[in-house]
Amino acid sequence: MIETVSKGQRVEGHRPWPRIVVDAATWNAAATALAEGQVSLAGLWGESETVHMAVTDGAGRAAAVISLECPDGRFPSVGRVHPPAIRLERAIADLFGLLPEGLPDVRPWLDHGRWGVRHPLGRRAESARAPAAYRFLAAEGESLHQIPVGPVHAGIIEPGHFRFTANGETVVRLEERLGYVHKGIEGLAAGADIAHAAKLAGRTSGDSTVAYAMAYAHAVEAALAVAAPPRAVWLRALMAELERLANHFGDVGAVCNDAAFTLAHAHFGVLRESVLRVADACFGHRLMRDRIVPGGLAVDLDDEGAASIRTLIGELDRRFPPLVELYDNTASLKDRTFGTGVLNQTLARQFGAGGFVGRASGRDFDARRWPGYAPYDVLEFKVPVLSTGDVNARVWVRIEEIRQSLSLIGQILDRLPAGMVRVELPPRDGEGLGLVEGFRGDILVWLRIVGGRIKRCHLRDPSWFQWPLLEAVIEGNIVADFPLCNKSFNCSYSGHDL
Amino acid sequence: MRKILFESLVSDPLTERPPSPDDAAIAELAAAVDRAARRRLGRSLAIREVDAGSCNGCELEIHALNNAFYDLERFGIRFVASPRHADVLLVTGPVTKNMREALERTFRSTPDPKWVVAIGDCAVDGGIFVDSYAVVGGVSAVVPVDLHIRGCPPTPMAMLKGLLALLDTTSDGEPARSSGAG
Repeated sequence: MIETVSKGQRVEGHRPWPRIVVDAATWNAAATALAEGQVSLAGLWGESETVHMAVTDGAGRAAAVISLECPDGRFPSVGRVHPPAIRLERAIADLFGLLPEGLPDVRPWLDHGRWGVRHPLGRRAESARAPAAYRFLAAEGESLHQIPVGPVHAGIIEPGHFRFTANGETVVRLEERLGYVHKGIEGLAAGADIAHAAKLAGRTSGDSTVAYAMAYAHAVEAALAVAAPPRAVWLRALMAELERLANHFGDVGAVCNDAAFTLAHAHFGVLRESVLRVADACFGHRLMRDRIVPGGLAVDLDDEGAASIRTLIGELDRRFPPLVELYDNTASLKDRTFGTGVLNQTLARQFGAGGFVGRASGRDFDARRWPGYAPYDVLEFKVPVLSTGDVNARVWVRIEEIRQSLSLIGQILDRLPAGMVRVELPPRDGEGLGLVEGFRGDILVWLRIVGGRIKRCHLRDPSWFQWPLLEAVIEGNIVADFPLCNKSFNCSYSGHDL
Repeated sequence: MRKILFESLVSDPLTERPPSPDDAAIAELAAAVDRAARRRLGRSLAIREVDAGSCNGCELEIHALNNAFYDLERFGIRFVASPRHADVLLVTGPVTKNMREALERTFRSTPDPKWVVAIGDCAVDGGIFVDSYAVVGGVSAVVPVDLHIRGCPPTPMAMLKGLLALLDTTSDGEPARSSGAG
């Protein structure tokens, strides 16, 4: 499929993958190839008069961005044949006013009718319509009742609305309504200078601030055809693995907590905190925010810092295994996680689910491996893949990933090159794409730089392809298992809503 | 499990010593809290957290307040599931237009006396997101705010200082430090 597309008009200055402007027929052929599973959808986004999609081939060896110009404000819907595109196209319609023809679901998605403006990023913004009640999908049958939850939830979590339809305790249908934390990040990035947009990228999803900053930096460096110095590249990976560790520790503990096993939660919380403290001591910020910048890093790691990370790794190597044993040998806990919230492999593949959600359901994809980026090409690590797709499998993939990250950090410290950590960015125009493996999955950043400013920047969170699957896995489970299923996915609200 | 429990019994607690309450926070709060409210609440505060548009960074650090190092509950401060049980709303984020009504309704659902603590730089004035079509601004643009705790995100220690100041100002009599905390 990617060969067919390559016959279109290739855009100069788009790196590292080709961007090809195609006609509507080729666009539709790409949609069909997605529907048939020949390629995976990596992103679908708009501009004022153009729509773009990023696709990767099934074998994970080739990728391209396909663009369709739509000066009349319409384009053939991809969601018409490939459901994972539906919410992305609803968002394009809300933000740009481009009409996806044939889209089966035309309800607004991010636009709740409260912005005071319609199509804020479109060719011309229009004045808003009055907020209308959202029409939830129907569930029909005897003795059904609805449970509306959110946007303000009971825990310390982000806002979103869940509409459950249940028969007694059994969930018949869950429908998500998101968009509550839409901050207009892509609107703010348009016209911003490169450094300011980096700050916005790092505030798209707070738990993945390192991964977002890295994906954005990769995209900028691709667009400007410049490389970060080797030491910066290695330190970026070090920060990314520390971020992965902190999130995995926190979330594995939180899954245990949602099954009322607070002992594990407390102990995993201690491990998470110990990672954040070392990050703070080494890089000057607990979450390592704004440390990765286009061109390299804003900080360097000194010898004392490197030593403290080594001590941390030694400590974690000692304290983590007993907790794994605790998880594995607590029957009452495993009773909750086994067979709960099963994501089947077909859906995981169809939606191109990234991260542990995909890997717990047989989808062997990790952006560190492919497309791959330095220094992971010379580091040794396994990508754990399981097939059962339940809460336990998602927890277990994360446990394995913790072990891999601990090993990776050791390898990075052993081989950390010396030298500077930042280069100047050349004054050049271009388009770039970054695909980086955050703890939650692959984050895609696409941008265009003109005259030292961001003309357009799109940030695609892995959650776009995971949220819809949460609706599928909860079906037939009991309401009380929803928190467990939800936490085992831990999708980002802010990253999705932007 | 027994081994882990046993080790916890014999090892020293990880919990940090309580910080002294933030002076600036006390000054900001002094006007907000009257004696009647202090008498009613004693030394116990129930907090309802509301994310009104944050990137989730502040939530991560609010979670950290409950870990073994900061152990917020030892001060009588605890998170509750409903605004109807709350004395304090801890609000994060620039308030997005899509969350404005939810925040207003949460505020109205919280019984008096109540306080609003705005957490993080975005909650002060909208921060980096202030110029967006989708953002109202800081928390005080929507509900009255009694205390701002800055940072991106604020560290758990900074939040602890602010909340202890709130506790000091709301409790009648001895300051938190000398009344057996920890």
